[in-house]
Formats: sequence, structure tokens, C-alpha cells
Amino acid sequence: MSAGSREAKLTTVRTARGGLSLRLDARAALVGAALLLVALAAGVVLVGTGDYAIAPGDVLRTLLGHGNPGQDFIIRQLRLPRVLVALLVGAALGMAGAAFQTVARNPLGSPDVIGFGQGSAAGALFVIVVLHGSSLAVSAGAVTGGLLTGLAVYLLAWQRGVQGYRLVLVGIGGSAILAAVNSYLLVKANFVDVARAVIWISGSLDGRDWAQVWPLLGVCAVLMPLLLAQGRDLRITEMGDDAARALGVRVERVRFTAVLCAVLLTAAATAAAGPIAFVALTAPQLARRLTRSPGVGLLPSALMGAALLVLADLAAQRAFGAGQVPVGVATGVLGGGYLLWLLVQERRAGRI
Amino acid sequence: MTTRPADTSTPGPRLRAEKVTLGYDQRVITEGLSVDIPDHSFTVVVGPNACGKSTLLRALARLLKPAQGRVLLDGRAIGTRPAKEVARTLGLLPQSSVAPDGITVSALVARGRYPHQGLLRQWSAEDERIVEESMAATGVAPLAGRRVDELSGGQRQRVWIAMALAQQTPLLLLDEPTTYLDIQHQLDVLDLCAHLHEEGGRTLVAVLHDLNQAARYATHLVAMRDGRIEAQGPPREVITAELVERVFGVRCRIIEDPESGTPLVVPADRRRRGAGAGGLTGGSAAAARPAATPAP
Repeated sequence: MSAGSREAKLTTVRTARGGLSLRLDARAALVGAALLLVALAAGVVLVGTGDYAIAPGDVLRTLLGHGNPGQDFIIRQLRLPRVLVALLVGAALGMAGAAFQTVARNPLGSPDVIGFGQGSAAGALFVIVVLHGSSLAVSAGAVTGGLLTGLAVYLLAWQRGVQGYRLVLVGIGGSAILAAVNSYLLVKANFVDVARAVIWISGSLDGRDWAQVWPLLGVCAVLMPLLLAQGRDLRITEMGDDAARALGVRVERVRFTAVLCAVLLTAAATAAAGPIAFVALTAPQLARRLTRSPGVGLLPSALMGAALLVLADLAAQRAFGAGQVPVGVATGVLGGGYLLWLLVQERRAGRI
Repeated sequence: MTTRPADTSTPGPRLRAEKVTLGYDQRVITEGLSVDIPDHSFTVVVGPNACGKSTLLRALARLLKPAQGRVLLDGRAIGTRPAKEVARTLGLLPQSSVAPDGITVSALVARGRYPHQGLLRQWSAEDERIVEESMAATGVAPLAGRRVDELSGGQRQRVWIAMALAQQTPLLLLDEPTTYLDIQHQLDVLDLCAHLHEEGGRTLVAVLHDLNQAARYATHLVAMRDGRIEAQGPPREVITAELVERVFGVRCRIIEDPESGTPLVVPADRRRRGAGAGGLTGGSAAAARPAATPAP
């Protein structure tokens, strides 16, 4: 490639006869590795954080199976699942956000902004306030609410294909309606249910155990590879429907698969930890700025999401003490500031 | 063999539309239209606004599915063939494309290789060579490392053409490739198209607005009006004063282009002659207008 290029350098690996050729964005790979390291390191520190502090060295020793029984119990039963939920939720939200932003061709086309968070919250609140269901039922309600919202927004925005701004605008409208429904449910609820509901809609990692880890891990293990397999096609669709079709991409199929995976990932993450604000919006954009690649990448966004969520939880716990501030509040404050900055940038670029 | 010759042995052109009815939602643009694109031609489709020329091109490029009839590529219905396979035969320069934020020229042109790539064949030596050749052919090689959003309109259009070239298709469709360009860049793009046609033996189909440019560059001209083909053939045979009035509702003289020897359309000056109603005349009314002073 030419000298003076400001894009990330691409590294190519080829076999001698040319049967196999792989292309790697070295900078994106480096950024990805660094983000993974940050997420895991912060995870280790987070495991050691709490009323009973454990040094990172002891945490690692315990995770490798050489800890003392007391620490072993605290880490394996109480804190590790919480951190794993944080990593998985962050990764799922980051990747889903990247998929949505690519489909919408707009950074504002994130699940947060276009109402999926509100939809999941409406489902969960309905189960809490009207059905007085168990926590499992609340998760199911959140998944159902998120899926229905996703489907409704997609269908309402459909007009010979889905376009970015229509998706964003329809989503914002739906989000506003759902927010009103949620307020109504809270007003109608009794005192005990309100307390439970408010904690849920803040988005929290407190009290998460292995029961949340396994289903989430299963969903991620299936959907993330499926979504990543669409990555190449999805990137081509950024150039507009006609250009993508001319290149042989089946635009609607790729887009539908991507949206379906992203909706399911968002719903699964929300079921596990509540509607955690703004990770899906910020992670892809932050990752893109670090990798300097055109368009948002799915994998860097997932890694950035995981790192962001763990760091936000760590910051909240360190600043206010264990269990004082739900992680959703921390990401909300950080993400809200980022959203303002993004809107100013978009206006400068003349897109709003 | 008494059966109608079909599929493989058909000596007909590689790309043709057979009795296609095209439209959007309930609005029918054209009905039962058939057209053959002669192999190795530089076919230009002309016609007034909303005559269906871009719609026809979109159908030929399988972006628009015919409500009736079919578009055949190499004897097979284009919509039933694998999308990537078609993309290796037929390229398109769409009217509007979006360059992803911050993408460089070389990265965008490289995306033209997409239909030739796969999970295990992401960037072969051939891909690299063809991308470089495509950028050289369109004169954008010096811009390879620049960001597409920093380029001028003319440069950007050449980058998109380079991307379509990198697709290496024997057939290339261009939807109004000169729109929004100044005259110099219009000529640049058309010269490039003519070069691609002559040197590479490619079949080109372009929708153009400028009748004189069409007459100068096309080897095969298709004139459309109200969703029908009014005339087709070599520009010298097709372009007559009578046809231009019938298709565009403009009275004119046809003279020989002193540069290229092709027909040159010189519209009658409606202000000085005060012919007919004068001023603005709708396209459909024009044909029925009383011929007060026939053009000499």
C-alpha cells in the first residue's frame, strides 16, 4: 500500500500457490489484544474488590486452583460470576451496538437510542408489577419485551428495505412511548414492587451468580460467531444498498440476520443485568477511533464493551463502595456525556 | 430440434430484457419492454426525465425485480442466479453510493474485489494487482492513500468507477455517471468509458442526460419515452430531428459534429421564432404542438 496512508496498515498472509490468502488489520488486532488484556486485568482487580479485599495475585492464584478455602468460596461462588456477567454483557452489548450502527449507517442507531432498552424494561416491569413473577420470569419478560420492540421497530421502519434515519427516528418514537408505559407501570405498582423494579431498571451486576452466567454464555457462544460471519457482508452494505447488491451481497438477508443476532444479544444481556445504558452506543465508536478503521468493527466493539463495563463497575465500586452504585448508573453518566459530545460532532459534520 | 433455441446455444446477446413490466409498489413505469444489449457495445440509454431509463438500468442490474417478464444474463434469468456469480459478470456504478467514513481510496477500490473473495481467499496477489491496475486506469493511483471524503466530486466519481472496474466484469452498467460533474470531468468520465469499451472489449450500458454526448460516445443508442423504446441503433441512424422532437418534445436541427462527425443536436431558438405556445411546454404536449415553422 502507498506510503503516507492514514489508514491502518493491512498485513497479508498468502500461501505460495495463492490458494489461501488472509488479510489482517494489524492495528485493529493490536487494539483488540490490548482491550482484551485491559478487560481481563480489570476483571481480576474487580474480583478482588469488595468488603473483603483480595490482592490481584491471590485472585489469580485462587483462579488457578491454589487459593485458601475461604478466598476460594468468595471468589468462585460470589465474585467471579458477577465479573463474568459483566464481561459477557459488555461484549454482547458492544457487538450488538456495532451491528445496529452498521445497519443504520449511523452511530445513533444503537439499541439504547432506538428503544430496545425501554422495551426490555417494559417487559420486565410488566412481570414485576402485574404478574409479581420470579426473577427468572423477569428475565423472560425482559427478553420478550426486547424482541417485540426490536421486531416492531424493524417492521415500522421497513419500506422496501430498512434505512438508517428511518430506523433511528422510528426507534426514538417507540422509545418515548415505552418510557411512558414504564412510568405508568411504576406509578401503578405497590411499594415492594417499585423497589424491585427500580433496582432492575437501573441495570446492576449485584447478586449475579452462575445462574445468569450459563444462559448468557450459551447465547454469546452461538450468536457471536454467527454475527461475525456476517461481518464482511455487513461492511459492504455500508456503501449503500445498490452498491452492495451490485457487488453480490444479499443485502436484506445479511441485514435481517445481523439485526436478529443483535436483538437477541441485547435481550440476553438485558435479561442478565438489566438495561445497562450506553455501552452499545459508546463501545463501537470508541473502538473505531482506536482502530482507525472505516466503519465499526464487530470484534473490537465487543472487546471494548467488555472492558468498558468492567471498568465502569470497578470505578463505581471503588468510588462509592461495594454495592452502592449500580453499574448502569455509572455507564449512564459516562455514556450521556459521550452522547452529547457525539451529537456536537455530528452537527459539525453536518449530519444532523 | 423443433423447440425454440434456449439457454446455452442462443447466439443472442449476453444481456437482454424480455417483456419486462417494471415499477415501484403500485406505480407501473414500463410495461412489456424488451431490449437487447449488443455484446461489446457502448450502449447509451437516453430519454426525458421519468421515461424509465434508470428503472430499466436497475432492472438490467437486478436491483429491481420485474413484476412480469425477465432479465436474462447469458440465457438465464438473472434473479435466479447466485448473487456473487452475477457480480463477477455484471458490474454497476449506482447513482448514489456512500463511502464509509474515513475510508481511503485504495480500500474503497479494493471492495470491488468482494465477489471474487471468500473466507479463505481474502486478498490474493491477483486482487492486489487488479486494484492497482484499476486505480491506474482511472488516474486515481496518486490518490491511493487519501480519504475519499476529502476528494472533489470528479475525483470521487473516478474512484467509484475504479471500484466497479476492480470487479473485472465483462459487462458494466453506469447510472448517470456524469451527473453533478462539470464539463471537464464529464468528458474525463466518458473518455474513460470509451477507453474501457475499446481497449477491454467490455460491454458498457450507460444512462446519460446529454444527447450530444450520447451521440458522440455511444456505439448503440436506445431512446426511451414514457416507458417505451422509441428507437434504437447506431447514433447516426437513430438521431433525427423528427425523433428528438418525438422523444424530448424539442424542435431542433441535426448537424454534423465538426469534432467527431457524429450527429449534433442544435435546439431551435424558441425565443426569437416565437414558435407555438413558446415558453414552458410539457413533454407530452410537445409532440401534439402545431408545427408553425418547421425547422429547416
